[in-house]
Amino acid sequence: MVSKKKKKYSSGEGAQFMTRKAALKKLQLSLKDFRRICILKGIYPREPRNRKRAQKGAGGIKTLYHTKDIKFLLHEPTIWKLRDLKVYQQKIRRARAMREYGQMKKWLRDYPDINIDHIVKERYPTFVDALRDMDDCLTLCFLFSTFPSLQRVPRDQSMMCRRLSVEFMHAVIAAKALRKVFVSVKGYYFQVEFEGQTITWIVPHHFAFQPQSKDEVDFKIMSTFVEFYTMMLGFVNFKLYHSLNLVYPPKLTAGFTSDNDKDLVDEQAYVSERIAAMNLSLARVAGSNEAEELPEIDLFSTEDEDPQKLEEAKLEAEKVKKLKTMFKGLKFFINREVPREPLVFIIRCFGGEVSWDKDHFVGATFDETDESVAYQIVDRPSMDKQYLSRYYVQPQWVFDSVNARTLLPINKYLMGAVLPPHLSPFVDKTKDQVYIPPEERELNDPNFKPLDDDSGTEIEEASDEDAEEAEEPDSDDDETALTKQYQDEIKEDTSDDDGEGDDETDAEKKKLKKEKKKAMAVTTGVTHKEHPYQKEIEDKQAFRLREKLVRKKHRNLYKSMKAGQETRKKEIWLLRKKRRLHEEKIKEDKKVEKKNQKKEAFENATASV
Amino acid sequence: MSWDADNRTTVSRYQATLKQTKNCFTVSSNSEADEELLHDEYDSGDTSDEEERRNTVGNVPMWWYNEYPHVGYDLDGRRLIKPPQRDQIDEFLKKCEDPDFWRTVRDPSTGQDVILSKQDLELIHRIREGHVPDPEHDEYKPWVEWFTRSVLAAPVRAFPEHKRSFLPSRSEQAQVARIVHALKMGWLKTKKQLAEERRKRKEKQFYNLWGSAAGAEDEAQRGVHRHIPAPRRALPAHAESYNPPPEYLLDSKEPAQPSPGSSHYIHTLRPQMKEWNKQAETPWKRKYTFLPTQHSSLRSLTISADELVPRLPSPRDLQPFPTGEALAFRGHARLVRSADFDPSGQYVVSGSDDCTVKVWETSTGRCLRSIVCAEPVVRVAWIPVAGLSLVAVASGRRLLLLNPGADIGCHRVAARTDQLLEEPPPKHDVQMDERTRTCATWDAVTAEEWARGVRLAITHFKPVTHVCWHARGDYLAVTLSDAASRAVVVHQVSRRRSQLPFSRAKGLVQCALFHPTKPILFVATQRAVRMYDLVKQELVRKLLAGAQWISCMAAHPGGDNLLVGSYDRKCVWFDLELSAKPYQTLRLHGGALRSVAFHRRYPLFASAGDDHNIVVSHGCVYNDLLQNPLLVPLKQLTGPARRDALCVLQLTFHPAQPWLLAAGADGTLRLYS
Repeated sequence: MVSKKKKKYSSGEGAQFMTRKAALKKLQLSLKDFRRICILKGIYPREPRNRKRAQKGAGGIKTLYHTKDIKFLLHEPTIWKLRDLKVYQQKIRRARAMREYGQMKKWLRDYPDINIDHIVKERYPTFVDALRDMDDCLTLCFLFSTFPSLQRVPRDQSMMCRRLSVEFMHAVIAAKALRKVFVSVKGYYFQVEFEGQTITWIVPHHFAFQPQSKDEVDFKIMSTFVEFYTMMLGFVNFKLYHSLNLVYPPKLTAGFTSDNDKDLVDEQAYVSERIAAMNLSLARVAGSNEAEELPEIDLFSTEDEDPQKLEEAKLEAEKVKKLKTMFKGLKFFINREVPREPLVFIIRCFGGEVSWDKDHFVGATFDETDESVAYQIVDRPSMDKQYLSRYYVQPQWVFDSVNARTLLPINKYLMGAVLPPHLSPFVDKTKDQVYIPPEERELNDPNFKPLDDDSGTEIEEASDEDAEEAEEPDSDDDETALTKQYQDEIKEDTSDDDGEGDDETDAEKKKLKKEKKKAMAVTTGVTHKEHPYQKEIEDKQAFRLREKLVRKKHRNLYKSMKAGQETRKKEIWLLRKKRRLHEEKIKEDKKVEKKNQKKEAFENATASV
Repeated sequence: MSWDADNRTTVSRYQATLKQTKNCFTVSSNSEADEELLHDEYDSGDTSDEEERRNTVGNVPMWWYNEYPHVGYDLDGRRLIKPPQRDQIDEFLKKCEDPDFWRTVRDPSTGQDVILSKQDLELIHRIREGHVPDPEHDEYKPWVEWFTRSVLAAPVRAFPEHKRSFLPSRSEQAQVARIVHALKMGWLKTKKQLAEERRKRKEKQFYNLWGSAAGAEDEAQRGVHRHIPAPRRALPAHAESYNPPPEYLLDSKEPAQPSPGSSHYIHTLRPQMKEWNKQAETPWKRKYTFLPTQHSSLRSLTISADELVPRLPSPRDLQPFPTGEALAFRGHARLVRSADFDPSGQYVVSGSDDCTVKVWETSTGRCLRSIVCAEPVVRVAWIPVAGLSLVAVASGRRLLLLNPGADIGCHRVAARTDQLLEEPPPKHDVQMDERTRTCATWDAVTAEEWARGVRLAITHFKPVTHVCWHARGDYLAVTLSDAASRAVVVHQVSRRRSQLPFSRAKGLVQCALFHPTKPILFVATQRAVRMYDLVKQELVRKLLAGAQWISCMAAHPGGDNLLVGSYDRKCVWFDLELSAKPYQTLRLHGGALRSVAFHRRYPLFASAGDDHNIVVSHGCVYNDLLQNPLLVPLKQLTGPARRDALCVLQLTFHPAQPWLLAAGADGTLRLYS
C-alpha cells in the first residue's frame, strides 16, 4: 500500500502565510475595505523566515499575512457592516444615475457609520495597554486638529480631533501629569506620565496648512487611522476624567461642536477658541474634594532591590512632586507675539495662572496692567512700557525651567538676551557613547565650570586647558596612544631629572660629586620602571585574540555592533571638535573686540589731549 | 422716380405710426392740417370727412396708376387727377425758390405735395432717435398697483364670499388634532427633532470601556496572532532642538546635503524651517513605514557587543607561555624549512633550502655543525628517544638518518648509535615485497657519507614531504608527494625494513603522524584525517575537519586530542573522545596555516603560517572526561620577516621549557621565551 504523497506547502511556513490577494479572496473584500479593516483591527503584514517557502515557491516579494490573522478577521462582525456599506453605496450610486436627487440626499444624510468600540476593547484589553500605545494616537490627533476640511477626510473628523485633543490636555492639566517638554524643529514635544506610562507626542508648529499631493500623503489611509484613534482617545479621555473626578464631556467653549455655523470662520478664530478653552477650569463631580493628593510612596526594602536605587526613586518622586507645583501662585502674562498654545498648556499644568491681551484674543482672565503679574513672556528685543514688578523673560525660559524642574535664574533669558541652547530632555543618560554638551554637564554637575565663562585675563590659560582636554585620549583608545603617552611621560621624567640638577646655589658641589663619581666608576642603578600601561596593552591584545573566538553565528552581529560603536565614537569626536573650535573662535572674537575697544579709548584720549 | 418711391414709403410708414398712436396725440397729415392744429379738430362738428381729398383705392400698390392721369377715386367716385408733373428743371427752380422745399413731401395716395409741420418734424426726429414718439410720455412714472396679492382695488368675482369661507375647516381641524396628538405622544417628530436625533446618533458616545473587569480574560485570548507592537518613535536628541548647541550646526566646510539619518540632516533643513509646512509628512511616513514594511519578529538586543565575546580566563593567570622573542639563529642562506629540538632541548637542528642541515646550541644560538646535503632539506626530525643520537633528514627523494656527532650531546650516546647502526641486520631478516622494494631502497652508506654523519640512507621513488618519528624511536613514517597509494611509507630502523601500510589511495596525503602512545597512525588527506589501527590494520575513525585543504597536524601528548591546521586559515581542535567533528575551530590567523605544535609538558599549543603572527594558546585537557578542553588564545607573537608570501614554516616547542622555536622564511630561526 502506497501512502498518499504529502502536498507541498500544506504545512509549516508555506501554510502559515497568505498573500494579500489570497486574503482578499478569502475575506471577499475589496482592497480598500481590506486596508480599512486591517488598520482598524491592527493587523499588519509579516516578514517570514523563509520567503520562498512562505510564498509557496513563488518568486518576487509579496505582501504576506499570517493565516491566523486572516482567520481572526473572518470572525469580525464589522466585515458584514463593510459589505452592507457596499450595498448602500450602490444604492446611492443608482439614485445619482437615475437623477433621484432627493432620495440620494437622504441616503447620503443617513450614511451609517461603523461602531468600533469593541475593537478598541479587543486591541487594548486594559487601560494601561491603551495608555502604552497613545504616542501615535496623540500625534496624529493633534496634527489632524490643525487641518481644515479636506477631500477624502470626513468633515467632522478634524472637529472631533480638536475636541478630543483639548479634552486630553485638560486631563493632563488636571492630573498635573506633564513631565518634559521640548521645542524641536518639527514641533513641540510633550511627555506626560499616566499610571506609570510615559506618553510622548508632538504638536506641530502653527503654520498655514499647505495641501500635499496624493503620492506624498494618502489622506484616506490617514483618516482611517484617525477614525480608530479618535475612538481610542475618546475612551481614554473618559477614563481619565472619570479617575480624576471630572465631568465628562467637559463644557468647553462653543467652537468644538460640529453643527454650529463656525465652520466658515477663519483658522485664527479656531486657534484662539482652543487656547481660550484651555484656560478654563473644569467642573468636578459633586462630592469630590478638590485637593486630592497622592499618598506618599511606601518604600519596601525587598531583598532584590538595591537600596541605592530605592533612594534614587525616592529622590525622583520628591523632584516630581516639586515640579507639579512649580508655577503655583505665579501669574504669567503672554505677549501677543508669543505662540500661546504650548505656553498656556505648560503654565496651567504646573499650577500657574495665565492671561494675554484681551483686545486681540478671547479668553483673557486678567489684564496686562495687573500688578500681581510675576512674569511677562515676551519675544521681542525691547518694550516701551515696562513694569518694575515683573520679570520680562523669553519663552524658552518656561521650557528650560520645566526640564530643569526648578525655576531657572532668569538672567540668561531676559528680554533681548542671546538665549543659551535649548537642550533635549529625552537624551538617555544611561546609554554609553552619548555626547553630552557642556551646557548639560553644567546642569547635572554644579561644580562643572564651562570654559566660556572665563574673564579676559584667563584667556590664554583657558585655551591651554582646552588643548589639553582635547588631547586627552578617549576611554577606549588604542594601545599606540597609550604607549605614546607612556613614552612622553618617560621623557618628561628624564627632563625633570635634568631640570632638578640646575640649581645655581650648589652647582659647584654637584660638579665635584660628578667628578668623584667618574673616578669611582660606580653608578646608581636605575630602577626598572614598570610600564604603567603594560597591563592595559596586554589586556587589549588578549581581548583582540578573544574577539576572534566569537561564534560564527554571532560574528556578523558583533561586527555590526562594533562598527556602530565606531561611528558613534567618530560622531562624538566630531561634535567635540566643533565645539572646541567654536569656543576658540568666540574667544578670539572677544579678544579682538577688547583690543579694538582699548585702541579706541586710547585714540579718544590722545585726540582729547 | 426712385426718390418718389422712397418718399412714398416713408410717408406711408409715418401714417401707419400715426394711426397707431391716434388716441395719444393729435395727428396732422397734410399742409391743411397745419391750420387745423390751431383750432380744435372737433369744433366743426363733423369729424369723418373734413379731409378734402380722400383716395378710396385702399391698400393697393400705387404704381398701378403710373400710366394713368389719376391716382384713384374720391368718396364721390370722381377721379383724383394727378397734379401736374414737374420735370427736373422745375424741381430745381422750386428748390431754389421755395423755402419749404426741404419739408415738402409728396403724398402718394393723392399725389399732392404736403408740407410737414413742425410737430411732424419733431415726431420724425424722436422716432429716428428711438424715443417714445410722444414727448409728454413719462416712462418712469410711479407704478400704481390695483390688482395684486395684497391690493384688490376691484373684486375679482362679481358675487360676495360665502360664510363658510370665514369659518375653520372641520376636517382640517381633525387632521391637525391628530398630528398634534401624535406629536404629544411622540409618535410623530418635527423635522427639527429628527435632525437633532440624527445628530445625536452620529455623535460618538464614550463610556467607561475598561470599567468592568469581567470578561477581560475572554478578551485577552482574542487578538492578533503573536502581536508585535509597533516600535516607539525615537525621542529627539539635542540636534533636533530649535536652538541647538553650536556644535550641532553645520559649518561652512561640511557638505550641504548630508545623508538623511545623520544628525546634521535636520540642520540643513533649519533655514527652511519656516516653510516647513509639510507637517503631515512625518506621521505619514511613520504610518507608511508601519503599513507595508513588514513586521518581522525582531528581538530587541539588550546585550552589549562585549558579551558576545566568550568569557575566558585572563592570560596572566595561565602563565608560563612564550611572551617575546629571545634569540634569532642566523646562518642559513635561504629559507628554513624545518627545525627540531633534541630530546633534552639543548640543541636545535634545522634544515634549509640552501641544502644544509645545521645544528645549533639552544642557549647561545651558536651553530655547532653544518652538514651539506645534495638537495634542499624539506624536513628534519630528531629522534624522540634520549638514548640515541639520530636526526631524520628529508632531502629530495632521500631520507638520511644523521648522527650529528660526538661533540653534540653525550659522546657515549653518539658512539652507541654508531655502533648500533654499523652493522646491518642479516639479509634473511629483511624481507620486503616487490611493491615496497620499488618504493623505497635502503642504500649502502659510503665512507665519505659516513664521515659527514650519514648513518642510514633510504631512497624513495618520489620526493619526501614529511617525516615523523614513532615515540619509541624505531619507526619512521614518511610521506611522499604524488605517490597515490604508496604515499605513506613506514620504515623500521632496527631491521632496516620498509612497509606500505595502505594498498589503496584514499586521497592526496598531506602528512602522517604516529599516535604518541597507541599503535595508531593519523593520515591527513586534503579534507579529512583518518585514524588507522596499525595492529588490527583497519580504519578506526575518519575526522572531518571542515577545512578546504589541510596543511599540518599535531597530536596532543596525551593522545586524545588532535590539532589540524589548514591552508584556509583554520586551526581545528579535535577531541577524539568527543566526536569525529571538530570540537572547536579557531580562526586566529589572517593567512594560511603552515604549522601547529603542542608542548610536551605545558598545556600550550601554537599555530603559525603565512601571516606575520604566531599565536600561542592555552589548551588544557582535563583528566575528568566530563570536562571539555579549554582553549584560550594567549599571545600573538610577531613572527620573522616575510619572504615571498611566506613567514613561518615550522613551529616546535622546547621539550622542557615554555619556549617556542619558529623556522622562518627569512633564513633565521627564532626562539621565543
